[in-house]
Amino acid sequence: MPWIILFAPLISAAVIVLFTQKWKNLSALISIAAVLVSLAASITLFLNAPDSAATATIPWLDFTGFGVPFKAPISFTIDGLSKAMMIVVTFIGALIHIYSWAYMADDEGKSRYFAGLSLFMFSMLGIVFANNFLMMFIFWELVGVSSFILIGHWYFRNAPAAAANKAFICNRLGDFGFLLGILLVWVATKSLDFEGIKQAIDSGNAPFLAVPAFATATVVLLFCGTIGKSAQFPLHVWLPDAMEGPTPVSALIHAATMVAAGVYMLARIFFIVKISPDAMQVIAVIGTITAFGAALIATQQNDIKKVLAYSTLSQLGYMVMAVGVAASSAAMFHLFTHAFFKALLFLGAGSVIFACHHEQDIWKMGGLVRKQPITFICFLAGTLALMGIPLFSGFYSKDSILVAAYEHHRILAYFGLFTALLTAYYMTRLFVIVFFGKAHTEAASHAHEAPVVMWGPLVLLAIPSVIAGYASIAGHFLPVPEHHGESIVPSLAIGAGVIGILLGALLYFGKAKDPIRIPLLANKFYFDELYAHIIWYTQDLLARICAFIDRWILDTAIVRGLSSGTWATGFVMRFAQAGNLQGYALLFGAGVVALFYFILFIK
Amino acid sequence: MLTLLIAIPLVAAVAILLGACAKKTALAAVAANLVLTLVLLVQNYGAPGYQATASTPLIPALGLSYSVGVDGLSLLMLLLTAIVGFAAVWVAPHPEKLERYPGLYYACLLFIIAGATGAFASLDLFFFYAFHELALIPTFLLIGIWGSGDRITAAWKVTIYLALGSFVLLIGLLALYFSIPEAARTFSIPALQTLAAAGSIPQTPWIYLTILLGFGVLISLFPFHTWAPQAYASAPAPAAMLHAGVLKKFGLYGLLRVGLPLMPQAAQHWTNLLLILLVGNILYVGLATIAQKRLDSMLGYSSVMHMGYIFLGIAAFNPIGLTGAALLIFAHGLSIAILFAITGFVRDRTGSLEFTKLGGLAKPMPFLGFTFGLAAFASVGLPGFANFPAEMSVFFGTFAHAGDGLAFSNFQVAGIAALWGLVISAVYMLRGYRAAFLGETGKRWVGLADLSFCARPAIIFLLAATMIAGFRPQLLVNLVKPTVKGILQNQTSLSAK
Repeated sequence: MPWIILFAPLISAAVIVLFTQKWKNLSALISIAAVLVSLAASITLFLNAPDSAATATIPWLDFTGFGVPFKAPISFTIDGLSKAMMIVVTFIGALIHIYSWAYMADDEGKSRYFAGLSLFMFSMLGIVFANNFLMMFIFWELVGVSSFILIGHWYFRNAPAAAANKAFICNRLGDFGFLLGILLVWVATKSLDFEGIKQAIDSGNAPFLAVPAFATATVVLLFCGTIGKSAQFPLHVWLPDAMEGPTPVSALIHAATMVAAGVYMLARIFFIVKISPDAMQVIAVIGTITAFGAALIATQQNDIKKVLAYSTLSQLGYMVMAVGVAASSAAMFHLFTHAFFKALLFLGAGSVIFACHHEQDIWKMGGLVRKQPITFICFLAGTLALMGIPLFSGFYSKDSILVAAYEHHRILAYFGLFTALLTAYYMTRLFVIVFFGKAHTEAASHAHEAPVVMWGPLVLLAIPSVIAGYASIAGHFLPVPEHHGESIVPSLAIGAGVIGILLGALLYFGKAKDPIRIPLLANKFYFDELYAHIIWYTQDLLARICAFIDRWILDTAIVRGLSSGTWATGFVMRFAQAGNLQGYALLFGAGVVALFYFILFIK
Repeated sequence: MLTLLIAIPLVAAVAILLGACAKKTALAAVAANLVLTLVLLVQNYGAPGYQATASTPLIPALGLSYSVGVDGLSLLMLLLTAIVGFAAVWVAPHPEKLERYPGLYYACLLFIIAGATGAFASLDLFFFYAFHELALIPTFLLIGIWGSGDRITAAWKVTIYLALGSFVLLIGLLALYFSIPEAARTFSIPALQTLAAAGSIPQTPWIYLTILLGFGVLISLFPFHTWAPQAYASAPAPAAMLHAGVLKKFGLYGLLRVGLPLMPQAAQHWTNLLLILLVGNILYVGLATIAQKRLDSMLGYSSVMHMGYIFLGIAAFNPIGLTGAALLIFAHGLSIAILFAITGFVRDRTGSLEFTKLGGLAKPMPFLGFTFGLAAFASVGLPGFANFPAEMSVFFGTFAHAGDGLAFSNFQVAGIAALWGLVISAVYMLRGYRAAFLGETGKRWVGLADLSFCARPAIIFLLAATMIAGFRPQLLVNLVKPTVKGILQNQTSLSAK
C-alpha cells in the first residue's frame, strides 16, 4: 500500500513527460487520477494498517558488503506521525490538483505544471515515509527540485526565474548544514536509519553525542535543514519571492506541505534534538524571531499573496518555536491545522486574484463580498482560524504552543502573544480592504464567483479549517497535547486577537489608501538589500579575485612565462607560425612517441 | 574481444580516411562498440580478477607485451567510453556541414575513442600509456582545425600542457619500473600488482608524487588546471564531450589502476598535499567558475571543479570513498557530455555563448532548455542522477576518517570544504542556466529552432544512462566492488608487514 501512495505520482510525472506532453487535458487528468489513487490508498492505509506495518524495501545504496556500516534503502516508516502527515499531504494535494484544473485552464504549460505537481507529491510523500536519513535527504532534495520547477513555471518572465533560483540556493545553504549534520550523526552512531540511531543513543553507543558541544553542533546543523526548507530566519527571504509561482502551487508547496517538511523532520528526529538543550534554545529563539519578525513585515505588505506568505513564515516560526520548547506534538498539531487553513486562504486568494484578472494588489480590489459570497465565507473561516479565534482550528493548536512556551520560557510566550495580536491585525487589514468598501478598480467591480471546481475545494478545506482543532477530531490523526490545569494563556491569546481585530478594523475600514507607512517593514527590514551586499562583497568579490588570479597569474604569468623560457614555446611557436597545422601536429605526436622510445630503450 | 573493441574504431577511422561515408561508418563503429561493451559487461559482471584477457609477448627481454583484460573498474570505464563515444558521434555535425576535411573530423573522433578504449583495456603499462598518447593527437587536431575562438592557441596550449603532464608521468612510471629489483621488472599490470602485494615494490614517496602530479596534470588538478577551461571552450562539442567526459578520466583511472594499488603506502605520504590541492579544485576553481561570463568557459571550469570530488574519494582511500570516486568518474562523464553537447547546439544557433547576449532560450528551444536543466541538476548532484549517490559516497567515505577525539580530521575538514562546494556549484549552475535559458527571450532569439528530432536520441540516451545509474547505483557499486577490494587488500597486506 505505501508503494502505491508513493509511486502513483511518480508514474504520473513520468508518463506526462514522456508521452502526453502534447495533450494538456489528458496530462492534467492523469495527474489528478494519480493523486486520487494516492489519497484513496492513504485512507485505506490509515484505517487498516498497524503502526509497524512491515513493507519490503528497495536497496538503493549499500556498502555493508565491504564491511562498512552504510546502508541506505528506500523503505517506510509507518507510524502515527507519518500517517497523519500522509493524510494531510494527499488530501490537500488532491484538492489543489482539482482546483488547478480550472486555475491553469488556459496555461500553455499545463502539462509541465501537472508533471511538476506529481513530482512534488512523490517527493513530499518520500520525506513523510523516510525511515533513514539518506532517504529523507534524497526526497528533501527532490522537493527542492520540484519547488524550483513550479516556482519557475513561468520561466519566460524574469521574476519567477529569479525567484526559483533564490529558493533553490537558499535551500542549498540549509542543506549544507543538514547534510553535515547527517554525516556527524553517522560518524557518531554508525547508523543512518532512525531506528538504529535511536538504539545507539539509548544504549549509550554514541559517545560523541554524549559530549554536549558535539551534540549541540550536530543538532544545530540538522536544524539548518529546517531553516532552509521551512524558510526560517535568516534564510526566510526565498519564501515571499516564491509567490511568483502559480497560486495553487503557493497553497500546496509554500504554505501547506513543503515548508512544513522542516518541522516534520524535526518531529521525526526529535529523539536526537532533545539530547541538546542548548540547541533547543537556538531552535526556540530562531522560531520566535521568525514568527514575530514575519508578522511585523506582514502588516505593511500590499500584495495579497505576500501577506499570506509572511503569515506562513510567522506560523512556521510558531511551529519551530514549539519544537524548541520541547513540544513537538504541539508543533505537529499546529502543522496539521495550519495546512488546512493556509491552503484555504491561498486558494481563496487565488479565487480573488482569478476574479480580478490576475491582480494581486489588495488596494486594487475591494467590495468583493457581494461578488464572491462563497469565497468570502470560506476566506472568513480561514482568516478566523489563522487569527486563532475560539471554535476555529488555529485557536487550539496555537494555544498548545503558547502554553508550552509559557511554561518553558515566559519571554518567548510574550513574543508569541504579541505575534498573535499582529496576526489578527494584519489579517483584518487584508480582509477589510479586499472584501469590504468600494471596488477600487474596474476589474474588481466586474469580478464574479469562481467556477465550481475552484470553490468546491474551498468549501472542502473550510470544513477542516474549522473543526480540525477539536481534540475529538484531531485526536484520530495525531496526539493532541493536553493542557495541564488552568492557564492564563488562552485568555491572553483571545485578548490579543480581539485587540488586533479592533485595531485593524478601526484603521482600515472604508480606507482607499494605507493610512500607515512604515518603510522599514514595507521593505522587509531590507534583508534582500543586505544579502545582496553581503553576497556582492564576499562571494562575488572572491569569485572575481579567483578568476583574475587564474587568468592572469596562474595561466598567463606562470604557465606562459615558464614555457616561453623553455624549449617548448620556441619549438611550438616556430611550427604554429609556419602554418600547416596538421602536418606539424602529427610530427609533434610522433615526437612524443619517439621520445618515449628513446627513454625506454636507453637503460 | 577487447582487441576487437579497440580495432573497430581504428579500422573505421582508416576506412573513413580512405573515403568511406563518414557519418554512417563512424556511427556503425560506435554502435558496434556499444553492443560489444554491453555484452562484455553482462558476461563479466561481478567476476573477480581480470577477465577476457589476451596477451601477445612483444619484447620478452623487457617484459613488454600487448596484453588486455578487464575487471569491474575497467568495464565501468569502457562503458563510459562506449556511451559517450556513441553520443558524441551521433551529435557530430553532418559531414556536409563541416567546412574542412569532414573525413578527418570523424576519424579523429574515432581515434580518441580507440585510444581511450585501449588505455582502459590495457594490462600492460606501456600500452596503457601509449594508447592515451594516441588519443591526444586527434584532440589537438579537433581543437586546432574545427575549434572556435582562438583555436590555434588553445590547441597548442592543451597539447603542450598535456604532453608535459604525460612526460612527468612517464618519468614517474619509469622510475617506478627501475626501482623494482631487476629480476622482477615487468610492464604487466597484474604482475606488478602481485609484486606490490608481496611488498616487492619500494614505496618511494617522490616516485608516487611524480606519478600523482603527472596524472594530476591530465586530470586538471589544481594548480595545473588552466589548460582545461580554454580547451573545452574552444573544442567542437563532440571533442569536448569525449575529452572532458572520457579521456580526462584516464588520469583518475590511472591512479586507481596503477598509482594506489602499486604504491599504497607512498600514496599515504602525500594525502595531506592531495587534500590541499583538491580543496583548491573545489573552492578556488569553484569560485572562479562563478565569475565566468560565458557558458562554455563556465562549464569548462565546472568540470575542473568536479575533479576535486573525485580526488577526495581517492584521497579517502577506503571502500566508500574509492567506490564513490569510481561512480563519480562515470557520472561526471555523462553529465558533462550532455552539457557540452547542448552548449554546442546552442553555439550553432546563436553564434555566441556570452551570458549577457543569451537569455530566455528555453522558450524557443524547449527541448534543449529542458534537457540542459536536467543535466545541470545532475551536475550539481541532485538525486535521480548518477552524480548524487557518487558524491554522497565520497562524503561518507571522507567522514569515515574520524579525527582524534572530537577534533575533525584533515579529511573531514576537506569534506566540509567540499560540502560548501555543493552550494558553490548550485550558485554558478543556476546562474548560468538562468542567464542562458530562463527569463525573457531576447528579440534576436525568438524564432530559434529547437533541436531536430534526429539529434535528440543522443541526449535522451545520455540522460537515460545517468538516471538508471542514479536510481540503481548499487549496480555500479557491485561492479567495481572486486576492484576496490583488491586495491584496499594491497594496502592492508602491506601495512601488516
